[in-house]
Amino acid sequence: MSGRFSVGEKVRVQDWDPPNEPRKPHLRTPYYIRGKIGEIERICGDFRNPEALAYGEDGLPKQTLYRVRFDQTHVWPNYAGPPQDKVEIEIYEHWLEPAAGDSSP
Amino acid sequence: MTDHAHLRHGVKDNHYKRLAIAVRELLIEKGVVTEDEIATFMARMDARSPELGARMVARAWVDPEYKKRMLADGSAAAEELGIAVDGTLLVVVENTEDVHNLFVCTLCSCYPRTILGLPPDWYKGREYRSRVINEPRAVLREFGTDIADGIELRVHDSTADMRYLILPQRPAGTEGWSEDRLAKLVTRDSMIGVSLPLRPDQLDQLEHAAE
Repeated sequence: MSGRFSVGEKVRVQDWDPPNEPRKPHLRTPYYIRGKIGEIERICGDFRNPEALAYGEDGLPKQTLYRVRFDQTHVWPNYAGPPQDKVEIEIYEHWLEPAAGDSSP
Repeated sequence: MTDHAHLRHGVKDNHYKRLAIAVRELLIEKGVVTEDEIATFMARMDARSPELGARMVARAWVDPEYKKRMLADGSAAAEELGIAVDGTLLVVVENTEDVHNLFVCTLCSCYPRTILGLPPDWYKGREYRSRVINEPRAVLREFGTDIADGIELRVHDSTADMRYLILPQRPAGTEGWSEDRLAKLVTRDSMIGVSLPLRPDQLDQLEHAAE
């Protein structure tokens, strides 16, 4: 199994917004998590990239998929619950960059 | 059982229903699929129900070794009980004294259909999908589920190739119960994480009401 990140590593989700033209990729990274910093919870394996797969293409090369854990209070500035609450979400590797030097969350 | 009518939003749309029928008829007309294939596939989907997930949960409650395997590899644990998980991978997460889990698909309506059957309408609705990610405790209260402030609440957003199953805590007062009896406590909603499993007295009530 490939993958440039390891479990426990701090990562930032890219704050991309790919244009609609010539075509909007079939994105699986919700807006609310873009630009946020979390920690790799587990490595799920390598999967065909749905951004191209959804258009009937082969989606190769495969992308490593991670589950990333975030503090809710970091994701939502107005979060009403206690500080230990988490959101965990699947993110493909090309959406992640190292965030080891960042102080937040 | 509470009726979550307030969580239902825009999931029935006659336009899309008509579109689906039109596409289906065209696919048959053009020989891409046959009526038989569609009927077989639908029968296969209809045969799936939360009872499959409940069997897995009950087994995990009585067999600690099975539980370990299930938490390490949900798909393999399903297949061990003869339940095929096609295409996606199953991740099982465990509720404990300190952690409560629930899942959602904020982007669309990904759901562990092979383990739980078809999703409830509210699961696919806009309100659940948008609110449960940023005010999960409020949404849980509307389902009648109070999670104490000291417990860590984890929301799992099913965005890609994983599907989720929540392993609820075994209810008190069920010592010595058979696996079949335990499985009756495991509701669909408790495996999504919006409710807790039935207590023995609640199961008694249900069974009396059914008589």
